[in-house]
Amino acid sequence: MSAIYILWLRQIKRYLRSRARIIGSLGQPLLFLIALGFGFGPIYQRAGGGNYIQFLAPGVIAMSIIFVAIFSGLEIIWDRQFGFLKETLVAPVSRLSIMMGRTLGGATVASMQGIIVFFVSLIAGFRPVSVMLLPLAFIFIFLCALLFTAFGTAIASLLEDMQGFQLIMNFVIMPLFFFSGALFPLQGLPKTLQVVARLNPLSYAVDGLRGTLVNGARFGLMTDFWILAIIVGVLMTIGSYLFSKIQI
Amino acid sequence: MKNIIEVKNLTKNFNGFVAVNSISFLVKEGEIFAFLGPNSAGKTTTVKMLTTLLKPTRGEIRVNGYDPITHPHNVRRSFGIVFQDQSLDDELTAYENMEFHGILYQVPKDIRQERIEKLLKFVELWNRKDDLVKHFSGGMKRRLEIARGFLHQPKIFFLDEPTLGLDSQTRNHIWNYIKELNGKEKTTVFFTTHYIEEADRVANRVAIIDNGIIVAQGSPQELKELTQSSSLEEAFLKLTGHTIREEEAAAIDRLRMRRKIMRR
Ligand SMILES: Nc1ncnc2c1ncn2[C@@H]1O[C@H](COP(=O)(O)OP(=O)(O)OP(=O)(O)O)[C@@H](O)[C@H]1O
Ligand SMILES: [Mg+2]
Repeated sequence: MSAIYILWLRQIKRYLRSRARIIGSLGQPLLFLIALGFGFGPIYQRAGGGNYIQFLAPGVIAMSIIFVAIFSGLEIIWDRQFGFLKETLVAPVSRLSIMMGRTLGGATVASMQGIIVFFVSLIAGFRPVSVMLLPLAFIFIFLCALLFTAFGTAIASLLEDMQGFQLIMNFVIMPLFFFSGALFPLQGLPKTLQVVARLNPLSYAVDGLRGTLVNGARFGLMTDFWILAIIVGVLMTIGSYLFSKIQI
Repeated sequence: MKNIIEVKNLTKNFNGFVAVNSISFLVKEGEIFAFLGPNSAGKTTTVKMLTTLLKPTRGEIRVNGYDPITHPHNVRRSFGIVFQDQSLDDELTAYENMEFHGILYQVPKDIRQERIEKLLKFVELWNRKDDLVKHFSGGMKRRLEIARGFLHQPKIFFLDEPTLGLDSQTRNHIWNYIKELNGKEKTTVFFTTHYIEEADRVANRVAIIDNGIIVAQGSPQELKELTQSSSLEEAFLKLTGHTIREEEAAAIDRLRMRRKIMRR
């Protein structure tokens, strides 16, 4: 337990100390909110979709979470290159605890980022429909963060350096993001893309967030919750297995 | 006295390249044992296999009586280590790095605080304890790593080229710490080096490794007698057929240091 705690604390400290990283990773969501929000807002309204910012904000919050979460997971690669990973690997601590500490730490950091973006979206004009549902929204924020940190950690256990990162960014993260319903409704898509969106874990995170923030869950909050929880469990298991296989 | 490390026919293959070739040696409890060899001899690879970081291709290892493959947890409890390359968290302070280690190794809080203070004072970093490690010099980082490795009072202390790239004054300093800890706490010390005089001066026993093979082992005195040499330098030359290539080694040191600096 104490090992998990100290690994978690380390991630938090590193995050809070890197102001540049916090501010830097606010840039993208802010740009999306302003550019897309105000750019597509009128068209969306005319097409009968209603207020676009209301639709977009949960998607942008999810986006900021997954980028920070995957990046936190990938920090293992930095730790490997800067040598610190060895310090944790030779410690008499179960690999599962190490994996859990890191994942919880990364997920907490990503959640904090998601909450900051939530407040930023309030400034951009977003209004959650119910204050009562906010705690539920935070649960979805954390689940989403947990899922993608675990994903990043699993990937990072397989990579020796950052070279494969671009590949993952372009062929995994961006498609996941675009076909998750974060930016546009999925209803109008061709059948195949709808199937893709259905298989995309991020769809359920976006749906859960939208469901709790603006009441628009398509799959249902319970479905969203369980699917996310199960995927988190599976990824954590795969992740700790891959992590335990790391040799330096 | 009891053997605390036992290695028999240990081999490591990297895709057909034999980095460590069927080496065998014993380290006695409480002694200072040196692994002396030029660059690429296989020193780090051996240390990694002893410390559960790398799976051997063949051979047997016992560290404090345990096999690193079947009982990694028990082996990990038995040692502390200073790696060849830096392994501190640059974004944490010296104290936080120590604290992290202490909690990971389950050192109880009151003992932990007391020992961190004692060790940081010992390596003369106590007044810098709240500085981020990224502002430390190479020598300061090394001292911090030594203090950290001792925090959980390991039975065995591994040091992989602990004095690499440091000036001679800092090197002396570091050996004084290590010898003192070896004397006071009876910790077994296993270190690698390519400085012959270091092995000669510090170690009770030396194994000379070259191209993955141990060519000779014994006390510095025994090695000199065996080869009828007046110095360990000469003994090394006679045993391996070449000098330790200090020039080349120094050049590689510089390259490494430069690489480390570039990475920052
Ligand atoms: N992961 C690896 N894959 C392939 N070859 C490796 C790997 N690790 C080490 N080697 C090779 O094994 C040989 C021994 O390396 P090792 O790092 O053990 O040498 P060393 O004695 O520690 O040398 P140095 O004084 O330079 O640290 C080298 O030729 C190195 O290139
Ligand atoms: Mg080495």
